[in-house]
Amino acid sequence: MLCCIVCSIILSIVLCHSVLLIRTDEYITSFPYNVLVNKQKCVDVIGHVLFFTQARALTAQTAETDAIRFLVGTQSLKFDNQIHIIDFDDENNIISKNVLLHQVGEIWHIGASPADKAVLSTCYNKTSDSRVVSCAAVWRMPSDWETGSHESPDDSTHNPQTLELLCHLDDSTHGNTTCVLWEPMGDGKRVISLADNHALLWDLQESSTQATVSSTASLEGKGQLKFTSGKWSPHHNCSQLTTANDTAIRGWDLRTMSQMYCIENAHGQLVRDLDFNPNRQYYLASCGDDCKVKFWDVRNVQEPVKTLEEHSHWVWSVRYNHSHDQLVLTASSDSRLILSNMVSISSEPFGHLVDDEELSEGEDNHQDDKGKEPLKDSVVSTYEEHEDSVYAVEWSSADPWLFASLSYDGRLVINRVPRALKYGILL
Amino acid sequence: MDGEADGSVEVSEDSGPGRRRRVHGMLKLYYGLNEEGKSVEQPESLDPCDINGPHFDPEFYLNKLRRECSLAELMDQETCMVKQIRSLDSDMQTLVYENYNKFISATDTIRKMKNDFKKMEDEMDCLSANMAAITDFSARISGTLQDQHTQITKLSGVHTLLRKLQFLFELPARLNKCLELQAYSQAVSTHRRARCVLLQYSHLPSFKGIQDDCHAIMDKLAQELRQKFRDGGSSSKDLSECVELLLQLNEPAEELCDKFLSHARSRLESDLQGLEAEIRPYPSASAVKDASAHRSSSSAAVGSLTDTSPKTSTLPSPTSNTDILEFIDRGCNEFVSSLCLVITSYQELFINHAQAGELASKNIPQMANSKLHAFVNDLAARYFSLVERRIQEEKGVADNSLLVRALDRFHRRLQAVAKLLPGSAVPNKGTEIVMRAATERVKQYLSALQSFYMDSLTDVRQALATPRLSVTGASVGGSGAVSVRDAPNSLPELLSSLSASILNQIKSVLASVHLFTAKDITFSNKPYFKGEFCSQGVRESLVVSFIKFVCQSSRQFCESAGDKGGSTPPALLLLLSRLCLDYETSTISYILTLTDEQFLVQHHSPVTPVTTLCAEARETAQKLLNHYVKVGFHLQCSYCGKTDISRVVEDTTSIDVQVGLLYEEGVRKAHSSDSSKRTFSVYSSSRQQARYAASYTPSAPMDTNLLSNIHKLFSERIDIFSSVEFNKVSVITGIIKISLKTFLECVRLRTFGRYGLQQIQVDCHYLQMYLWRFVSDENLVHFMLDEIVGSSAHRCLDPAPMEQSVIEVICERG
Repeated sequence: MLCCIVCSIILSIVLCHSVLLIRTDEYITSFPYNVLVNKQKCVDVIGHVLFFTQARALTAQTAETDAIRFLVGTQSLKFDNQIHIIDFDDENNIISKNVLLHQVGEIWHIGASPADKAVLSTCYNKTSDSRVVSCAAVWRMPSDWETGSHESPDDSTHNPQTLELLCHLDDSTHGNTTCVLWEPMGDGKRVISLADNHALLWDLQESSTQATVSSTASLEGKGQLKFTSGKWSPHHNCSQLTTANDTAIRGWDLRTMSQMYCIENAHGQLVRDLDFNPNRQYYLASCGDDCKVKFWDVRNVQEPVKTLEEHSHWVWSVRYNHSHDQLVLTASSDSRLILSNMVSISSEPFGHLVDDEELSEGEDNHQDDKGKEPLKDSVVSTYEEHEDSVYAVEWSSADPWLFASLSYDGRLVINRVPRALKYGILL
Repeated sequence: MDGEADGSVEVSEDSGPGRRRRVHGMLKLYYGLNEEGKSVEQPESLDPCDINGPHFDPEFYLNKLRRECSLAELMDQETCMVKQIRSLDSDMQTLVYENYNKFISATDTIRKMKNDFKKMEDEMDCLSANMAAITDFSARISGTLQDQHTQITKLSGVHTLLRKLQFLFELPARLNKCLELQAYSQAVSTHRRARCVLLQYSHLPSFKGIQDDCHAIMDKLAQELRQKFRDGGSSSKDLSECVELLLQLNEPAEELCDKFLSHARSRLESDLQGLEAEIRPYPSASAVKDASAHRSSSSAAVGSLTDTSPKTSTLPSPTSNTDILEFIDRGCNEFVSSLCLVITSYQELFINHAQAGELASKNIPQMANSKLHAFVNDLAARYFSLVERRIQEEKGVADNSLLVRALDRFHRRLQAVAKLLPGSAVPNKGTEIVMRAATERVKQYLSALQSFYMDSLTDVRQALATPRLSVTGASVGGSGAVSVRDAPNSLPELLSSLSASILNQIKSVLASVHLFTAKDITFSNKPYFKGEFCSQGVRESLVVSFIKFVCQSSRQFCESAGDKGGSTPPALLLLLSRLCLDYETSTISYILTLTDEQFLVQHHSPVTPVTTLCAEARETAQKLLNHYVKVGFHLQCSYCGKTDISRVVEDTTSIDVQVGLLYEEGVRKAHSSDSSKRTFSVYSSSRQQARYAASYTPSAPMDTNLLSNIHKLFSERIDIFSSVEFNKVSVITGIIKISLKTFLECVRLRTFGRYGLQQIQVDCHYLQMYLWRFVSDENLVHFMLDEIVGSSAHRCLDPAPMEQSVIEVICERG
């Protein structure tokens, strides 16, 4: 009984406190609820959202290209976990939040279907009798989640809607799913889950209510190998997968489920995250516990193309901007978020001078490099709004200049690319 | 006569000699001889009263006397006068007597002369008559001999002509004879004498025959000369004689030049081949073997830099049989000297000689000169390529003086060529070779230094590893968590020996390189060696490059050491960091000053300033230390429960000792007296309480949550990894910070049961008790440990924290 009371109070807090912090030069103010930002002022830090519990999982709602919307999964062993849907109204600078219950366990990873706005996948830990099992599932948001919460958050506190389970991505033979990857730009019918040392390619059928393993690949080798993360390449007709385990990065051909390349010792320590350059098919970014961010050309894996050493602790996440691939975000447990402008290895090394057709050919650009003065790579800005380790960062799928980062203390910060840089890239 | 008498009266009074003179004077006066021009007295004598004067007037004188004088005086006057007259008379008499004989003899002589002249006149007449007769005779004789004389002249003319003709007729035979005796020069000079005559009279059949014969013979002679020339067995003196003769035989000079040069070339080429043969042994078959051998030789050379030379001497040089000095010597003595000889004789023959002779008009000197230049350039180029090949083989850096001496000799000998051939590019090319060799040598020294450095690093690594092996048995149980404590004492010694040996090495290399600019070396005064070599070559590409290399290779340890952290022993990182720091503070400026002094570097071109290098060294030191911090304790990942926590404290202590050996203590904030006793638990920490108590207490969680977050906004951010300073406390603090942060992240990734949380509590308390003494700010440790316990509480399925007192008891027991 007591427990129930506690829960309800906590939930009310969770839903009430979408706090918008506006940093001006002199002071930081906090207001409950939605507060308009002074539109005359150029504010790059748009806002903070505080959750009560810890959170690690963040994704943009990939299928949504009109509204700026992020999904956050909370991580709590004690309470019902939730999916928070964060909407940002760019026009009015209003952040709003909706909550869906995810009762099965704490969320470690979240992925949004590229085809259906309402469909998402989570990897979660289920605890039963002090045993912890990692599972993955595909969910559908209730169709009417948007209603109500805006006007009366207090009401919805008492009645949060629950996610509708579509199917489990669990195989009795494979446990401990670490992440679920949707086929990029696909029809939302194919997902890959990484479980221990196996990569499972699932086909979702009958409106995603049935999932069958179509093929698997597994990591062979000494010791207990375990995938830590992976990324489905958007290039080559989505036929490639890149995974990280320990210090190695491996590329897989999904048609044959065989390994294509392997970057042994890509990082000095554990590789935490990967991302593909959306415009240059062979370029890949990785980050890890050696505090470095490395950029690879997978055709030549002996040496990284570039290495960034800006962070002072483990780098947990690296993300290319979806349309301007010189912009790279990295999040680290040193509580910092760094936006880098990696012009020299982007598809636009000279700004707009290069034709789009040439962009895919890496060699051409290298030759051109000598002719024109390439722009310098630089760190655009370091965001220090977070007070705890930042585990996830995502670009918005709707606005290419907007991104959100999530730290362990449950703070989501939405930022914009600095205006000067934005115009520098556009003009 | 009167006057005379009167005069003598007065004069007689005078004494002997004076009177005599007076007498002479009188005589002279008489004969009209004016003795010594006594006309001075004349005016006085106008006085008529002067008894000796010419105008003496006795009457006037008497009257005057009578008028003026008394009787007595007149009497006296009279007696005086009488006395004078008497003496004068006697004088007169003696004079006449004295001169009488003389008059007589004079008269006799005159008479005799008159007679003699008459006789002489007669004899003269007789002589002239005789002469006339002789003239007549001789005229008659020459008239009769005229005819015969002309005949004789004619005959003698015919005779010489005949002699000449005979010479001509005998010419073929004589030439033949000369040919037989091989007296070529005589033959040529003989023929030369006859040539124009024969040419002149060639219309006469007989002469024509002779001429043809001569031509035939001379052709043969020329043939023989050419043959001899071609055979080339003869000495250069013979050869030049040949050429001279051929030139005199109107052989075309150009052809001769070519022949001469080609002949010289063949000889010089044999020299070159001899030289080449010395290099030859290596290239084709033994290429692989050589490559390996070369490596061994270079490493041997490196080795020999430290110990003395015997090591190299035992290793036979694989590249060639002779050392470079011998090779250059041979090149100089054989090739260069014969080249000089060729040049001299050629110039003598074709240029100087031709300028004097009739050949000058045909532009021969210019032609010859250009040919010579081409020839010399061509051969010199080949020679240079050989020398360069040989120099390139000179890879061992053991004995630089040999190379320098060889280069010096090489350069010196080329100066001779320069003198002989003023416009030639050869000496410049030679200098270029020397320059290249020097630059190459500097490069070799750099690589030798680099490999020496790497070798010493390997030694250091081994030294670091050896003691560890001995203790492995002891530390085997406790994971690989940086067993640095094993070789602590040797660290400063290693550092000092490393830096000392590097410094010595640099010094010895500088000394070796300095040979290039020694005063007695001919090329050292070239502008290149004075300026560019010193500044660009030695300073920049040797010293600066080496320092940069040290920094760079040290930095590479940071890169590569990332792989599992095990490849570079952390102690080495620490050591290198200290080394770089030492470099920054003193060594770099010392080395550069040393270089500048030794080489008197004048900075014409921009050089790397000391500050840049220092900055680089410092940056490297910083990076290494940062990396040490990052890597050094990373194995503490095993913090996450797998390791006994006391082990961690032990390791921290040992690292503390290790760092303390190389770095100073540094500043530390004052400790509170009871740091180790500080109460510490999930509940006691105020912040923690604010953040996590909500989990346990239902009261007003919203406020505390907000409060905690706002509090956190204002609280000092902990930079998990800020750059460390060069002191012990900063380093240890950095290590502890990063280790605790790692601990925190590990905790957050796990899910604990009840006892897991309690274990963490105990561990944290234990760390709390011991770690504070290492760090600069103990609050930092407290804060981070709070965070760890808080996180673990949060990650606990069944959060039942242990009582603080129980924890303390457990920790006290150890």
